[in-house]
Amino acid sequence: MDAFKTLTGIAVPFGAKNVDTDVIIPARFLKTIQRAGLGKGAFATIRENPDNIFDQPRHKGAPVLIAGDNFGCGSSREHAPWALTDMGFRVVIAPSFADIFSGNAFKNGMLLVALPQEQIDRLMEIAETDEITVDLENQVVTTPYQDRFAFEIDPFRKHCLLNGLDEIGLTQAMDKDIAAFEAKIAADQPWIAGAAKAA
Amino acid sequence: MTQTPRTLYEKIWDAHVVAERDDGTALIFIDRHLIHEVTTPQAFEGLRTAGRRLRRPDLTLAVPDHNVPTNHRFEPITDPESVAQLAALTRNCADFGVELIEMNDARQGIVHVIGPEQGFTLPGTTVVCGDSHTATHGAFGALAFGIGTSEIEHVFATQTLLLRRAKTMEVRVDGSLGHGVTPKDVTLAVIGETGTGGGTGHVIEYRGPVIEAMSVEGRMTVCNMAIEGGARAGLIAPDEKTFAYFQDRPRSPKGADWEKAIAYWRTLVTDPGARFDKSVVIDGTKIAPLVTWGTSPEDVVPITGIVPEPASFADPTKQDAARKSLDYMGLVPGTRLEDVEVQNIFIGSCTNSRIEDLRAAAAVAKGRHVADHIKQALVVPGSGLVKRQAEAEGLDRIFIEAGFDWREPGCSMCLGMNPDKVPAGERCASTSNRNFVGRQGPGARTHLMSPAMAAAAAVTGRLTDVRQLMGAA
Repeated sequence: MDAFKTLTGIAVPFGAKNVDTDVIIPARFLKTIQRAGLGKGAFATIRENPDNIFDQPRHKGAPVLIAGDNFGCGSSREHAPWALTDMGFRVVIAPSFADIFSGNAFKNGMLLVALPQEQIDRLMEIAETDEITVDLENQVVTTPYQDRFAFEIDPFRKHCLLNGLDEIGLTQAMDKDIAAFEAKIAADQPWIAGAAKAA
Repeated sequence: MTQTPRTLYEKIWDAHVVAERDDGTALIFIDRHLIHEVTTPQAFEGLRTAGRRLRRPDLTLAVPDHNVPTNHRFEPITDPESVAQLAALTRNCADFGVELIEMNDARQGIVHVIGPEQGFTLPGTTVVCGDSHTATHGAFGALAFGIGTSEIEHVFATQTLLLRRAKTMEVRVDGSLGHGVTPKDVTLAVIGETGTGGGTGHVIEYRGPVIEAMSVEGRMTVCNMAIEGGARAGLIAPDEKTFAYFQDRPRSPKGADWEKAIAYWRTLVTDPGARFDKSVVIDGTKIAPLVTWGTSPEDVVPITGIVPEPASFADPTKQDAARKSLDYMGLVPGTRLEDVEVQNIFIGSCTNSRIEDLRAAAAVAKGRHVADHIKQALVVPGSGLVKRQAEAEGLDRIFIEAGFDWREPGCSMCLGMNPDKVPAGERCASTSNRNFVGRQGPGARTHLMSPAMAAAAAVTGRLTDVRQLMGAA
């Protein structure tokens, strides 16, 4: 997973509240064999309108999404962060996020920034014309106009994102423990290894 | 120093801890990873994208089951998404060196049937699969549970999972079972007693005289539905029957390893004095053949009973749920279950598709015929080897002569993901595990029951007390 330190880029001032996972990626796009490509189905219902915010030339591939309260509510489908990532988003800024979505987003290397509504309103305004900067190291969102909005983040998640560690990467860092355990099992229970091909 | 008495779950857990972390989670080693076509494509894609290898292909076994058609098996599959998922499994297994039992291999079948059948599932192992009915393997004293796609990828890359220890729950079934009462009735009775949330956060250990007297195949049926009771895993201590089952299976230990394995497996019992966080006791002598009337597996009633009045439930939310269920099911409170007509029969699924299930159904079907108005009556063996065994015993002839459709192995009509579906508004007497809204197809109405009861419903055309067709005990 790519490390996340600081990002400056276009933000899509979407702003909608209670955006559920069916809005992010409707169920009909779920019977797929890839994570990549789900961006085509992302916000499909909204994007039926050709004038939608996501398909405006200025917003193509924008790395930041600004939304309203309770973003990502609904089902536990991991397709939601997969779809957002595939559209190009790396950061979502909103007043609050749904729990399961929050966990899934983290697993997929996405940074969620929670800020009070009035700061969201200010960012929505600036996003119309300027880029914004999300600085994870210093936990602050800034604009070219001297705005500085500090945000909170779980220290463990921050550590993982800053170092590009996903859960698999973290577990792989414990490779010595795993290898030692495998050696012990091989000695104590020799029937465990090789079983898949033993027929 | 004497060791603190431990439950079976705690013993298996302790034996698989790779490392413990400060936050109360532990890295648990996974001995057996079963995979199928539906939940793995994105996990393989994740490995590829990150440039990771699959750590232990020798502990990973693949079989397609969810999407496979159960007839016309050598003709092209029509659903393009199923084709894509099946092709992806084949390609991914080739790319990552995973052993694949292909669709038209004689050993192919439902992943939870072939795991033990191949001697891949073993007592004392940790078994995972991207399917919630992985709980089935607990019947052999394996700690087995379903996982999501991110977890599949984690197991692929590290052969471990980061888990929090579960609470323990004992379900003891005392006494003995009456004539015509089967393991399916036991597992439905447990869910009826505890509710679908009764096991949430727990691992269930089923024990007591009824469980001890049960065959290993019956125990699989019981553990299979631990998840419908809310528990991610169900467990039964391995015993002499378990050991006999694994002797000479293709992937089970041989020679000196076998002796060593048995010695270890004999230690896999809950110690006297070990404490469970929760305990439920059920009197086996009071269990009758059961059927479900609603859209939750806890909606069980004896076949001799009536469709309940929603107002009869104490909990207002349950009253509301019951009203919605009855509306969906097209049932009127007070109706005798035995007066409910069915149009479809499904004998199969990871719950009830093993040889004993087919024998029980055939015993009822023998010399009888499927009622005229029945539109589909499928018998779907759980694996190619179960099918072969049934054919060697002549069960296929009994079913075919009785008017049943004898199919190829797969998940079939359990989940509406392949061509076998129940049409909207029609009823199905089904040996599967979920009677959720739309589970067997949009608008389908499912009544869960045992294989013998489903066979009885097939020949009478309505829900039927199988004991009336069985003669004296």
